[in-house]
Amino acid sequence: MPVNAKSMVKVFERPKSLTDVQFTYCPGCHHGLVTRIIAHTIDELGLQERTVVVAPVGCSVSMYEWFHFDGIQASHGRACAVATGIKRVNPHLIVFTYQGDGDLAAIGTAESIHAANRGENITVVFINNQIYGMTGGQMAPTTLIGQWATSCPTGRDPALAGYPIRFAEIVAQLDAPVYVTRQSLYDQKRIMATKRAIKKAFQYQVEDKGYSLVEILANCPTNWRMSPVETNRRLADEVVKSYPLGDLVDRV
Amino acid sequence: MAEAGIRAGCRAYFGYPITPQNELLEYMAAHMPKVGGIFIQAESEVAAINMCYGASAAGARTMTSSSSPGISLKMEGISYLAGADLPTVLINVVRGGPGLGNIAPAQGDYFQATKGGGHGDYRMIVLAPATIPESIELVMLAFELADRYRVPVMVLADGMLGQMMEPVLFPEPVDPAALPAKPWAITGARGRRPNRISSYFLDPAELSARNVKRQRRYQQIEEQEIRYEEHETADATLVVAAYGSVARIARTAVRMARSEGIKLGLLRPITVWPFPYSPLRALSRRVDAILTVEMNAGQMVEDVRLAVAERAETPFYGKLGGLVPTPKDILREVKRYAS
Repeated sequence: MPVNAKSMVKVFERPKSLTDVQFTYCPGCHHGLVTRIIAHTIDELGLQERTVVVAPVGCSVSMYEWFHFDGIQASHGRACAVATGIKRVNPHLIVFTYQGDGDLAAIGTAESIHAANRGENITVVFINNQIYGMTGGQMAPTTLIGQWATSCPTGRDPALAGYPIRFAEIVAQLDAPVYVTRQSLYDQKRIMATKRAIKKAFQYQVEDKGYSLVEILANCPTNWRMSPVETNRRLADEVVKSYPLGDLVDRV
Repeated sequence: MAEAGIRAGCRAYFGYPITPQNELLEYMAAHMPKVGGIFIQAESEVAAINMCYGASAAGARTMTSSSSPGISLKMEGISYLAGADLPTVLINVVRGGPGLGNIAPAQGDYFQATKGGGHGDYRMIVLAPATIPESIELVMLAFELADRYRVPVMVLADGMLGQMMEPVLFPEPVDPAALPAKPWAITGARGRRPNRISSYFLDPAELSARNVKRQRRYQQIEEQEIRYEEHETADATLVVAAYGSVARIARTAVRMARSEGIKLGLLRPITVWPFPYSPLRALSRRVDAILTVEMNAGQMVEDVRLAVAERAETPFYGKLGGLVPTPKDILREVKRYAS
């Protein structure tokens, strides 16, 4: 039976907010999922002409090439300060940072916490994959106890390197943030929950509510040296024990 | 300098307290809101310069100020501003160093300011006022040059300028809305292609092309923006080269020397980058010596020697650690070479 194109309903397409430029993420990496979710969200909320991405240093360093809206590259750790400057000058813009654990929770700790504490009306998307991806798998502030990384070759030892830092909890105890949540991507249900969280965070910014942090437990198949399927299992079985999922703050 | 910034159309100031420039930050805290501008006391100098980076990218005339140790912290940000072709005005009220040093006047940051204190191949226009009225003039100029060439511009003051008072006449304020549009700015991609602000170009050919283009702009700055002052040089046999507060002190030394029959002149660079090599070269052909006086161990003197190239003597006299040379100190040095 011939297919009538007119009778077909398009249920999946490339978000308009994504350009044709190919991602540089490794196969199986969750970064690609989140990048797509953000683009989809911006489409849904009709924000393409108002949105600005502040790209970090890390695997998403050139992510402004992938989005079909304005973008800026920040120096390592300073994305929240850069976002502050943009948003204060032009509050009409929808400004988000996209940062990894090294960027947000190590070198950029001060900028990340103080932007949250000032209640900057920005959205912070925080990819917590417990490792430095772009530089080749060094220990991150979020690396689990005992986890192997190239700069802790016998596993993370708390006597030497402290404990996994729970950034969402640190931000959640501040007075200003309106929405702080931790999500993951290890199965379809979690992906949908992450999508809802990102949308809510952007929606709050549109409504001038204030600062949001969406922490996302993500994988790094390359540097964890696992298959993508194994990384999902590890996230579900081990990583969530150190980083409980769910909303920590929702003041709206 | 803060008021000059506001009058130049600056509507976004980000700073962090450090002596001897706290008055500037406090003035901005009080007055920026009155003109609908943005003032943020940042969590660090690093954050402040990166807020400038964001605000400048969003199209605003932006400014930050600090003093030596704080400027060191801003150096990474300055490199990124230069690499992303973003205009910003920075004020460095230089104090004694290195390290925490002290809060007395000094000129130990000349190398950092003029030779690239941050990483990479970049330049920054550096303006060195000698008086408070000139500080105002140069802050206004700094915003013009920053926008015209899309470069960070530093006003290199010192602890003496930062802590003194002089009567001034302010120029008429610039209306920020009347400034030329910035089509490259991050304003939301409405009806145009997305704008991208970045200093990251992985492909060496692309980075090279961008750097070459920027170097051409630097060359244009060197051709068009050199500023300096010559004082009593027409018949001089000896010239003092000095910038900033020291040049002001040297002016008194010139008067004293002249009253004793010594034909002393003064060359004062106003832009220390681009540096006035040509006028120094010209002077070196007709004077016996050019004495460089600085509040450091000898930094600008390297540029003077480059210009003079052994056509004249190029002695150096410096005061360190926050000590300020007196006119008598300079005269005494001058006499060593006048004989």
